[in-house]
Amino acid sequence: MENLIALLIAAPLLGAAVLLCGGRALDRTGHLLGTLLSLASFAFGLVLFTDMLGKDAEERALHQHLFSWIPVEGFQADVAFQLDQLSMTFVLLISGVGTLIHIYSIGYMEHDERRRRFFGYLNLFLAAMLLLVLADNYLLLYVGWEGVGLASYLLIGFWQHKPSAATAAKKAFLVNRVGDMGLSIAIMLMFTTFGTFAFGPVLEATGDTGEGKLTAIALMLLLAACGKSAQVPLQSWLGDAMEGPTPVSALIHAATMVTAGVYLIVRSGAIFNAAPDAQLVVTIVGAVTLLFGAIVGCAKDDIKKALAGSTMSQIGYMVLAAGLGPIGYVFAIMHLVTHGFFKAGLFLGAGSVMHGMNDEVDMRRYGGLRKYMPVTFVTFGLGYLAIIGFPGLSGFFSKDKIIEAAFAKGGTEGWILGSVALLGAAITAFYMTRVMLMTFFGEERWRKQAAIASGAGEDYQEPHPHESPKSMTIPMIILAFGSVFAGGFFSIGDRFLHWLEPVTAHEHGHPPISAGAVTGATVAVLVLGVAAAWLMYGRRPVPAVAPRGSLLTRAARRDLLQDDFNHVVLVRGGEHLTRSLVYLDHSLVDGAVNGTAASVGGLSGRLRRLQNGYVRSYAVSMFGGAALIVAATLLMRAV
Amino acid sequence: MNPVNYLYLAALLFSIGATGVLIRRNAIVVFMCVELMLNACNLAFVAFSRLHGNLDGQIIAFFTMVVAAAEVVVGLAIIVSLFRSRHSASVDDASLMKL
Repeated sequence: MENLIALLIAAPLLGAAVLLCGGRALDRTGHLLGTLLSLASFAFGLVLFTDMLGKDAEERALHQHLFSWIPVEGFQADVAFQLDQLSMTFVLLISGVGTLIHIYSIGYMEHDERRRRFFGYLNLFLAAMLLLVLADNYLLLYVGWEGVGLASYLLIGFWQHKPSAATAAKKAFLVNRVGDMGLSIAIMLMFTTFGTFAFGPVLEATGDTGEGKLTAIALMLLLAACGKSAQVPLQSWLGDAMEGPTPVSALIHAATMVTAGVYLIVRSGAIFNAAPDAQLVVTIVGAVTLLFGAIVGCAKDDIKKALAGSTMSQIGYMVLAAGLGPIGYVFAIMHLVTHGFFKAGLFLGAGSVMHGMNDEVDMRRYGGLRKYMPVTFVTFGLGYLAIIGFPGLSGFFSKDKIIEAAFAKGGTEGWILGSVALLGAAITAFYMTRVMLMTFFGEERWRKQAAIASGAGEDYQEPHPHESPKSMTIPMIILAFGSVFAGGFFSIGDRFLHWLEPVTAHEHGHPPISAGAVTGATVAVLVLGVAAAWLMYGRRPVPAVAPRGSLLTRAARRDLLQDDFNHVVLVRGGEHLTRSLVYLDHSLVDGAVNGTAASVGGLSGRLRRLQNGYVRSYAVSMFGGAALIVAATLLMRAV
Repeated sequence: MNPVNYLYLAALLFSIGATGVLIRRNAIVVFMCVELMLNACNLAFVAFSRLHGNLDGQIIAFFTMVVAAAEVVVGLAIIVSLFRSRHSASVDDASLMKL
């Protein structure tokens, strides 16, 4: 069985190699090959999963040692895999959702002449992401970590002929680099502290290591997680990453890659458990991002960017849960999985809408689409109900548990975190209802837009909304099933809890208010959010051009000034820093060097005058010297 | 007579010689002044020999005379060649290492 683990990664890797090196000969069949290999990976995952289910909870982890990567005295780096329940969950999510999105992309990218390359990149992403979750040491994890970063860069910039896409890819890469630096520093710290970076020894050794060192490692890991998972303060890249094709946004920037940070924190749980200060920072990052993303999501008119804000916010929930320690790990991963379903479904739905609307992304130019795209409407609607936490659907179970766990943290922190999570739930309901209403309900604004545009002599083609082909709708239907039933399936009988508990450990939290009250409050804020959105966007017609809006709306439209902040603080700050460094270099360093040269030159000019060639002046210096010596001798004797 | 007076005389002679070396231009006169300083030293040595009651100073005086004689030979030769090349015995004219 162990030998299948490597095949999980090898299948998509082979696909990437063949598709990227194969050339034009594969243009007509490449997408099928890529999908097939992704499906093969999923099939291997299922085989391993059924095998794992047949064993006792404690004996489920599989290990495979492939080869020694860097065998040096005192430094052992192996290519070895570890498949436990946590990795298994990710493997199924990645390869499962990945395969669905491959199938979807067959239809979505049909008219793109670089489709083969697109599938090559997708396969590369799958291989790197599987490597990330299957590695049994931090160094190999880092390889996967960089691999998904590369795939993300290539796919965001897939339409590189658009300057905006090329810039967005670069931005994502650069911001991720900051996080990657955190991960590499964390790995170095681990090596100096523990002498190894394999999960087993490192996580077992946390008990007898100083808290200061563990806090440093944990904070560096958090920095890495912030970069990859678009958490404050490294969140700015995710919105722009929507420049990539929509299947990419669904797979990489919603369901899998951006959750790698949560995986990292949960996997390193032992380190975080031993560093309470770092855990507190994790919860704060999660809570801040949760609100940040939600507020941004409320103001965006671009359907994908609204969903991106939502992704950020939902990952904020996961990070918040992961920061709570053993009471939250399981729920973080559970929300991650359900979020994988409904958010991928929502993005695919958004892609389907764009497909039928001439790639229009402005929701103000949508409206009343439910008649034209019934399948998209229903699947998107189910995803919508799941994400806002409609009772009985996936999001309800997973988010409710996180809110409960946040309250259970105890003390003032518990109350603050719990309230923030509740507030986030209300805003989630608001912005998702807004997206839903603006897209599928209300008047058909695209008709009016066409009339306005033709009056103004603009080049605007009136779209003819239509349902997408089967290859696109079937993945959406499957994901909608997941969005509806996954949460209930996981929660009934605490199935997911028992599944993950051997890996992440679990403590039952004791919230200061009863679980029923938390659920009641969640449903209440949900109703509140939906009602507010309906009042603003359902009852009143939506203007086709965005109104100016309040100060907060305008700020949120500009991503709460994140880019302005980065520009003022980092770009300008960097410029000032380099300028002052250049000045220092000129004045201090060059000044010292040039000053030395000038003073030596001046001194030698003066000394040169002594050498005038007149015997008399030499004699004077000789007499002077002799007189000095005599005077000194006499003086010494007198003393 | 008190031997210390000889020391005063030696100091006087040495000062005259030193002044001569510093202010005269003619090489021959400068040379003579150098000799004067040497002899002032000799006088001081002999006086000290007398003062301390041993012969060390007198022996050193002999050495000085030998060295002075050798110096005269070399010095006069230099002055003669200097005069030949520059047609002048002024030390100021010989301020360069080349002709």
